[in-house]
Amino acid sequence: MTGSLKDYVKTFALWELLKGMSLTGKYFVSKGITIQYPEEKTPQSHRFRGLHALRRYPNGEERCIACKLCEAVCPALAITIDSEQRDDNTRRTTRYDIDLFKCIFCGFCEEACPVDSIVETRIFEYHFENRGEQIMTKDKLLAIGDKYEDQIAADRAADSAFR
Amino acid sequence: MIDSILHLLWTVIKIVAILLPLIISVAYLTLAERKVIGAMQVRVGPNRVGWKGLGQPFADMFKLMTKEVIIPTNSSRFLFLTAPILSLAPALAAWAVVPFDDGLVLADLNAGLLYILAMTSIGVYGVIIAGWASNSKYAFLGAMRSAAQIVAYEIAMGFALIGVLMVAGSLNLGDIVRAQSGGFFSWFLIPLLPLAVVYFISGVAETNRAPFDVAEGESEIVAGFHVDYSGMAFAVFFLAEYANMIMIAALTAIMFLGGWLSPIDGFGDGIHWFLIKTAFCLFLFLWFRATFPRYRYDQIMRLGWKIFIPVTIVWIAVVGFAVYFELGPWFQIRANGI
Repeated sequence: MTGSLKDYVKTFALWELLKGMSLTGKYFVSKGITIQYPEEKTPQSHRFRGLHALRRYPNGEERCIACKLCEAVCPALAITIDSEQRDDNTRRTTRYDIDLFKCIFCGFCEEACPVDSIVETRIFEYHFENRGEQIMTKDKLLAIGDKYEDQIAADRAADSAFR
Repeated sequence: MIDSILHLLWTVIKIVAILLPLIISVAYLTLAERKVIGAMQVRVGPNRVGWKGLGQPFADMFKLMTKEVIIPTNSSRFLFLTAPILSLAPALAAWAVVPFDDGLVLADLNAGLLYILAMTSIGVYGVIIAGWASNSKYAFLGAMRSAAQIVAYEIAMGFALIGVLMVAGSLNLGDIVRAQSGGFFSWFLIPLLPLAVVYFISGVAETNRAPFDVAEGESEIVAGFHVDYSGMAFAVFFLAEYANMIMIAALTAIMFLGGWLSPIDGFGDGIHWFLIKTAFCLFLFLWFRATFPRYRYDQIMRLGWKIFIPVTIVWIAVVGFAVYFELGPWFQIRANGI
């Protein structure tokens, strides 16, 4: 009986409703946490896995030796590699395609690479305008690597203790 | 002759002076709603159009004005286009008797309260006709729900107002405010607290606002009675809904919060207090919407018929008793009338 009386009083005092409103009221006065994206950005880890790149040695020679470990490890089968033997008897790729629609950005290719050739950069803002542009060819990947080599090298160095 | 023309002109000027700020407030209430609800959901709300998003209402308005008004093939064309006007006109007409300040009122009617009740009731015809004229199942369902809801809550609302007019001894809104003079503790909010709560919640239900917005339940009946409306016709419904919200907030301020009276007796009475109180009630509307989930239809009916009406009847009896015997600090003077 006392329990039900208490319930009646609570119901007519709109107790539950006021509790709910106090919660939303608390959020109303609390400081916002929104990041205004294009102007503000969240901090990024140096391990961020974004768009791929192929790196070169300082002397300009491409690192990739067409061992195809990345192709083998890729869980999404996004990588396609063809190779040839060059005149100086080294083995190099003739084709290195990554299908970004298949890629799940797991970073296994990067881990599998014995020469740190294929890497994932911090770039995440990119788009395609035509069908087929999602295939990152060897030229495109090397161009990205050339452009962002400084940051890629810095990120590898920062993580070197754990690799 | 010239006198009557001048009088007419002067009245038209006064009407414009009321309606123009009202429509601008409606525009900015939509922005305030999005901002307030955004803040309560830890979001930001619109902030891209103009400084801090202050241009957003105009962007919305221009978008709606430039869009096509689609008239469904099987609709009743005349009623379809009349319905928005029918719902907007009473919402605006009701403002005629609202006293903004002592003597600052367009029509100082002696039966102002009855006029308000009549006007707010007519608004439902717009909704019903819109639902019927669209010739759509969803619109019709929304209209039916809305009609049943407004009929149910109109009664509780009327009863709550009976309490007010018993204590104030007048149907004139200005006199009702003047009866509350004497500081915060003389406002009708205190002696008529249950009626004030019932009135405000009924007001939320009357305007089909959350948590009573089954008439436009997006999840079940798409958008309710205005599902087939587009462009400016839709905007007019929107305008009517928000004008009604402001109306209910203003009436709550007048009848329970002492209208233009300051909370400290005789200290800076004026229109600013009326506006502050109205704004506070409007903020409550938005707060409710951000907080409460939608009522189920049968719960709405139960609340209206089985809780609000008995509560108001009981409190009317209590107030009647108190007024008859001139009890307490609240009921003595006013029983004699102003």
